Amino acid sequence: MPNRTGACVASVRIWEFKIMAKMNMIQALNSALDNMMERDPDVISFGEDAGYFGGVFRVTANLQSKYGLDRSFDAPINEAAIMGMAIGMAAKGLKPVAEIQFSDYIFPGLDQIVSEMSRLRYRSAGQFTAPVVVRAPCGGGIRGGQTHSMSPEAFFTQVPGVQVVMPSNPYDAKGLLIAAIESPDPVIFFEPKRLYNGPFEGHSGGALSSWGKHPKGEVPEEHYSLPIGKAEVVREGSAVTIIAYGTLVLVAQAAAEKAGIDAEVIDLKTLVPYDLETIARSVNKTGRCIVAQEAPRTSGFAAELAAQVQEECFYALEAPIQRVTGWDTPYPHAHEWAYFPGPDRFINAMNAVLEA
Amino acid sequence: MAHTEPRFHVPAPHVRPGDTPDFSHIAIPPAGEAKRPATDVAGMETRDLALGLVRVLDHNHQAVGEWDPKLDPDVLREGLRHMVLTRVYDDRMLKLQRQGKMSFYMKSTGEEAVAVAGAMAMQKSDMVFPSYRQQGILFARGRDIVDMMCHCISNSRDNLKGRQLPVHYTWAEGNFFSISGNLATQLPQAVGYAMACEYRGDGEIAATWIGDGSTAEGDFHGALVLASTYRAPVIVNVVNNQWAISTFQGIAAGDAPTFAYKGMGYGLASLRIDGNDFLAVYAATKWAAERARAGHGATVIEHFTYRADAHSTSDDPSGYRPKGENEIWPLGDPVERLKQHLIGLGEWDEERHAALEKELNEMVIASYKEAESHGTLHDGPLSPVESIFEDVYAEPDWRLRRQRQDLGV
Repeated sequence: MPNRTGACVASVRIWEFKIMAKMNMIQALNSALDNMMERDPDVISFGEDAGYFGGVFRVTANLQSKYGLDRSFDAPINEAAIMGMAIGMAAKGLKPVAEIQFSDYIFPGLDQIVSEMSRLRYRSAGQFTAPVVVRAPCGGGIRGGQTHSMSPEAFFTQVPGVQVVMPSNPYDAKGLLIAAIESPDPVIFFEPKRLYNGPFEGHSGGALSSWGKHPKGEVPEEHYSLPIGKAEVVREGSAVTIIAYGTLVLVAQAAAEKAGIDAEVIDLKTLVPYDLETIARSVNKTGRCIVAQEAPRTSGFAAELAAQVQEECFYALEAPIQRVTGWDTPYPHAHEWAYFPGPDRFINAMNAVLEA
Repeated sequence: MAHTEPRFHVPAPHVRPGDTPDFSHIAIPPAGEAKRPATDVAGMETRDLALGLVRVLDHNHQAVGEWDPKLDPDVLREGLRHMVLTRVYDDRMLKLQRQGKMSFYMKSTGEEAVAVAGAMAMQKSDMVFPSYRQQGILFARGRDIVDMMCHCISNSRDNLKGRQLPVHYTWAEGNFFSISGNLATQLPQAVGYAMACEYRGDGEIAATWIGDGSTAEGDFHGALVLASTYRAPVIVNVVNNQWAISTFQGIAAGDAPTFAYKGMGYGLASLRIDGNDFLAVYAATKWAAERARAGHGATVIEHFTYRADAHSTSDDPSGYRPKGENEIWPLGDPVERLKQHLIGLGEWDEERHAALEKELNEMVIASYKEAESHGTLHDGPLSPVESIFEDVYAEPDWRLRRQRQDLGV
């Protein structure tokens, strides 16, 4: 465990009182749902194939047999209906956790999220709320082609009223999913599916590694939560700040190791509201900044981060901010590794900001 | 060169501006003819009711047939009062909008029975998910008229803090859900809410309203799938008032024989009823509510009615339909029909009706004076400017706190 962050405080306590287990991200998310469904009868889970079968990625496995059909059930293939149903349930006081099978499929439900879920509190002046959690596996690197690889997080960061979260490891995934379920606001919870079964450093041909050997694969079996809106410095450095979230957090760390560059890597974890304090502290220290996202470049969340960093830290900056992103193309199938922002693209960006 | 014959089928109303209004193509079965099945009937057994037309009040304004809810005259008078109030309120608000007192208004003229009788046949603890033309529900549930007006003129007492267009009411205390303005989104929400009622086991149900045009939206079909699959205790009201702004109902209906019949595809109990007949709306809603509460699932009710006035204050129907259609609508006017029914029963008369209209008109005028004393959209006072940053989240995050500072409030 890193030992300078909020997570560390939690982990010390955990070591003392809680049973730790090795979990991959799927197991950690399942454990979060299990804990919450056990504690709170208002928590229910549903989605396409998410009931009896436990989800195509198995995140909701065994919840139906443990908690019953009415708490973990299969939904018809209609994302708008799934979102609308969740809003209605939340308005009655339930805590629905709705799975969108792939984040690429979230768009039929977009109207319900953008026009309804996000604004219900506002437009009713607090008389009704819709604290739904929308779980959506995202990102590429799994040979998913253009319909199973998207990172659509930026769309949701344009929507006042929702929080947007994307963890990068099992420990954070569980703590943040529990926080999302406990949040009074709707949360769009993106799960980088390339990280479901193991950490990924961006080398397409490399052997699969396991979360079992990674410190963040040590996950308490019991309930805990991590604060939404808090980033974490996962690699300390003084030469350049890399701001990333999801899969690219691990890729950025690996790239810094490979290049031997003293880069500081921030795992953003929450996109809305993002942790400007941690970002500004780091960039003011390093004077150089790279922002990263797997999504296409134009109007991505990295653009927002770059704009905010130059507003906050302009006089500390010694080089133009660089972006490491996907291309402005759909996610290709055969050439997915030419699309994926791997370690070499990070190294090029680091060299560019360090040379500037 | 323009083609005189379209190359593919585009439905069109058979009369347009300048033509003589004509509804002779609409088949109106006799009142009292429709059978009233047990409330636990299998959905598919309601096929004849989905294709027919449940009517209780006949052309002599007498209640006939199995669907007659046999209401106490006091209940009928209460319904009449709510309908007259709805109409008086709408007329007054239209005048005020024309005087520039509010940005926008939508009347429900001709459709008062749909909302008022529907609300009266449910329990006040049942949640309603209306569209924007069911203000009659608010009167039936006893909402304060000054509060309604304060919302419409977005003043300092607007319970929505000036965030919504006029008539997009919310009233949690009266179990009246937040009206969206985006069409059909309330349908799957109502089903989810109804499922949560079942989950809680509190005996409550939900009802929702949608226009004929909006049934083309995916949310309508998604909601019916959900309602059928999970056998949700929900009433899905399709208000077929013949017009979606300027678009006649045939554009949404396609070749479907009725809107109620669409419910058949999902195996749902489906009724097509005379929406201008207070007793038919009351009876059908009561039937559907009983069915839902007993665990037999959802009902689709098509209220066959006519939008007697413009879509909104931004609309001019003379551009797309003949003048005078509302006067020859074969199912008449809902207020007049209930009034005549009560008179026929010896429970009402013209003098009492005139006195009721006068009383309600004076009350509405007085209410507006009071509402205006809390401010108007043009002259204020409005809700405090800083309130635009409230209720986005449970607590404003740093972005909203900063932006509020940027605005200097």
